[in-house]
Amino acid sequence: MISLTDQPIDSSAALAQVASHDAGAVVLFLGTTREFTRGRRTASLDYECYPQMAEQKLAELEAEARGRWPLTGCFIIHRLGHLKLGEASIAIAVSSPHRAVAFAAGQWLIDTIKEVVPIWKCENWADGTTEWVHPGLTGNENQSKIEGPITKHQ
Amino acid sequence: MIVNIKLFAVARQRIGHGTIEVELPADPTVSHLRAALAEQYPPLADILPHIRIAVNNEYATDTTKVASATEIALIPPVSGG
Repeated sequence: MISLTDQPIDSSAALAQVASHDAGAVVLFLGTTREFTRGRRTASLDYECYPQMAEQKLAELEAEARGRWPLTGCFIIHRLGHLKLGEASIAIAVSSPHRAVAFAAGQWLIDTIKEVVPIWKCENWADGTTEWVHPGLTGNENQSKIEGPITKHQ
Repeated sequence: MIVNIKLFAVARQRIGHGTIEVELPADPTVSHLRAALAEQYPPLADILPHIRIAVNNEYATDTTKVASATEIALIPPVSGG
């Protein structure tokens, strides 16, 4: 199931959507509003979308994920409108009999959503300026570098 | 023919409207649409190469036909999630 909302995301409700006695693993991903991006301070974010196409693409991705992996449950909700720091813009909950599938499907869903679903983020910077984020276009894409696990030997 | 195009995010910001009209030759394709947009809406010209075009809620290629009854939108690089 997929959903677009202008209300705060309830992560417990997202988990309830994928709860099942057939599941041995549940993975929940939350995308949240970060305060600093490359040293620049964010005051808040605004999200807008192309509603009909965004819903269609999210539904296609859910169907594709269910085709690629044996999922017990899959729930995606994206928030639109104005978000304060720390609030979740997206929740993806997937459940499956075993954990590897749930992790893989959740990772694939968020990565693919960020490439194809017509939703856009506007940064309201703390200095009072605003800026639409368009990866590859404006040069301010919030791409986090993938780093390996932190291993401590003590 | 005249077609209506939906705009979002930076494209809408640059034009100041959520919809624009574009004049196209007969039996147009997305390729014709791109050329017409660059000519008729100069504020979009530099970002057009980065913008995908959706026809009836699907990403189109340059050879996709743009019929008068279809819904067309400019999709700048997305940043949801």
